Amino acid sequence: MLSKEKILQVVAANQPEFVPLPEMNHGCLIEYSDLCAQFKTASENVGATVQRINDIQVLKEELKKEAEAGRFIINTIAGLGTINKQATLLPAARLNQLEKVYIKGTIGVAENAAVWVPESNMLNRLLPFIAEHLVLLLEKKNIVTTLHEAYQRIDISTAGFGVFIAGPSKTADIEQSLVTGAHGARSTKVYILE
Amino acid sequence: MKTTHAALAEKFIANTAQTDWHDRTLWLVRQKRDKAVHTLPEWEILREWASQIKNHTLSQLSEYLSEFEQKAKANGIVVHWAADAEEHNRIIYKIIRKHNIQNIVKSKSMLTEECQLNKYLEQKGIEVVDTDLGERIVQLRKEPPSHIVLPAIHLKKQEVSETFHRYLKTEKGNHDPQYLTEAARQHLRTKFIESQLAITGVNFAVAETGGFVICTNEGNADMGAHIAAVHIACMGIEKIIPKARHLAVFLRLLARSATGQPITTYSSHFQQPGPGQELHIVIVDNGRSKHLGRKDFRNSLKCIRCAACFNTCPVYRKSGGYSYHSSITGPLGAILNPNTDMKASADLPFASTLCGSCSHVCPVKIDIHEQLWKWRQVIVAEGYVSRKKKTGMKIISFVLSRPSFYRFSGKAGRWIMRTFPFLLKNKLNPWFHSREMPEAPKQSFRDWYLKHKP
Repeated sequence: MLSKEKILQVVAANQPEFVPLPEMNHGCLIEYSDLCAQFKTASENVGATVQRINDIQVLKEELKKEAEAGRFIINTIAGLGTINKQATLLPAARLNQLEKVYIKGTIGVAENAAVWVPESNMLNRLLPFIAEHLVLLLEKKNIVTTLHEAYQRIDISTAGFGVFIAGPSKTADIEQSLVTGAHGARSTKVYILE
Repeated sequence: MKTTHAALAEKFIANTAQTDWHDRTLWLVRQKRDKAVHTLPEWEILREWASQIKNHTLSQLSEYLSEFEQKAKANGIVVHWAADAEEHNRIIYKIIRKHNIQNIVKSKSMLTEECQLNKYLEQKGIEVVDTDLGERIVQLRKEPPSHIVLPAIHLKKQEVSETFHRYLKTEKGNHDPQYLTEAARQHLRTKFIESQLAITGVNFAVAETGGFVICTNEGNADMGAHIAAVHIACMGIEKIIPKARHLAVFLRLLARSATGQPITTYSSHFQQPGPGQELHIVIVDNGRSKHLGRKDFRNSLKCIRCAACFNTCPVYRKSGGYSYHSSITGPLGAILNPNTDMKASADLPFASTLCGSCSHVCPVKIDIHEQLWKWRQVIVAEGYVSRKKKTGMKIISFVLSRPSFYRFSGKAGRWIMRTFPFLLKNKLNPWFHSREMPEAPKQSFRDWYLKHKP
């Protein structure tokens, strides 16, 4: 542990005099008249699609249809039907063929389209990334204005892993041309349940 | 090989069309940043909060580092400390040896670039596959990244196409970015699935929770970290922030400043190792603790690596990343590198117009252009400037501090320019290399003013 002590010793000797943390008064933050509409606009700007639904039945039927067509789909949302726990634990080489995954997000952020997905919702950390297409379900009442509000509502220390997802995987590393589907999901669709 | 920014820039600008493209494209990124910034009325307040949080953190850094280690360990994370690049590389090599690991994927980490990890492991016969698309492109070409956020920004799609045709067997002459990206996706999927170890960087490490956050658009950090049995995250000591709620401030600033996006596609919060996985963190000093002691320069440890200062810099845009001959390029590299190797980086603080644009876009309010100016003074005082520059400056200083001699020199100079123009219009005069000499006026402004003064 020689390096640790050495580093901490030099840091302690060299760090400047105490500077206090800023008072962060949230009164100055942006507000939107319609959170849901703003979330939809922000989502479309980052390449996601949004569909507002009044009834979970729409999703149940979509899922049923896909299962009947013999597609490799994983559902992790209890409210949509049975969860095939075994499927979520398949090795990466097999999950590589996963066409679509359904996951519930707990918070949506209107300013930037980010949806918070804790590990307990995704069941397997790899699922939202390895699936070709990602479907997120979000309850309208869980849309907040900014990230500040989001972090007030979530406790990141309770999940072993959690992720904000805003849109599909993308890159612009070749001549700044935007291409979706770099390594993660090629598309992200968010269903907002009224 | 001793090369300076000026000499390397000369090489870069030899291709005028590509230089113009580089300049325009990065300016476009700067404009995207502006557009994103203007959607938030609280932008300047956010910058101020971020700056103050970082100032506070630096003032309590040893305490926060200790808190972070303790919490991370409680989360089941193995914490290592590395005094320098060599120790960082050795720690990682030891983990590789312990598990007899063959297949390694790495997502973008400027720290591992700084430590030259790939080269170190290569010398031991171990291959690391870079998985960020831009980094994979430059890795295949055996080049370093030229920009910390856009590693392959110096390349045109035709060049990428040639590289992919050679290594990934893509169609010759097909340089559609969509097609090339798809080829990289397929190629790297195989690497992810085979991977036994994922190496990543860290964007923010939270002292309060002992967890850390990684931001990517591609999802490559997650593909690696969630498949491999072992994940090693490497971070500099300055990546610490005190509280989870502070992430809101930094995540709101980071992507908007970097690319004009409201947030990166993935902001992944790692708190504990995944089921059956091993999670390591390597906390690296490599000169940072010493830097913290330099009052005039410690401010640069606040950096969150958004590269807004690169995209706005007129010198960077027109000279390219490679002109900075170091792993961290651009204005940021110009203020960080002299701290670790002043002699090798002595030219970098001079590669600036001191226009101040960098400081104005910096999301954590680093006084970049002032530091550039201050480094120049330190470098001159330490004797690291060329004799030519030093002598020139001495002569100018001598002339400018003697008003009557200055007036005499002006008169003599104008006379020489008119009478013997070839004395200045020749190869020995560096000013004349790419510029015309001005017409010498008959009288100075001072003489004119004295005549016309009311």
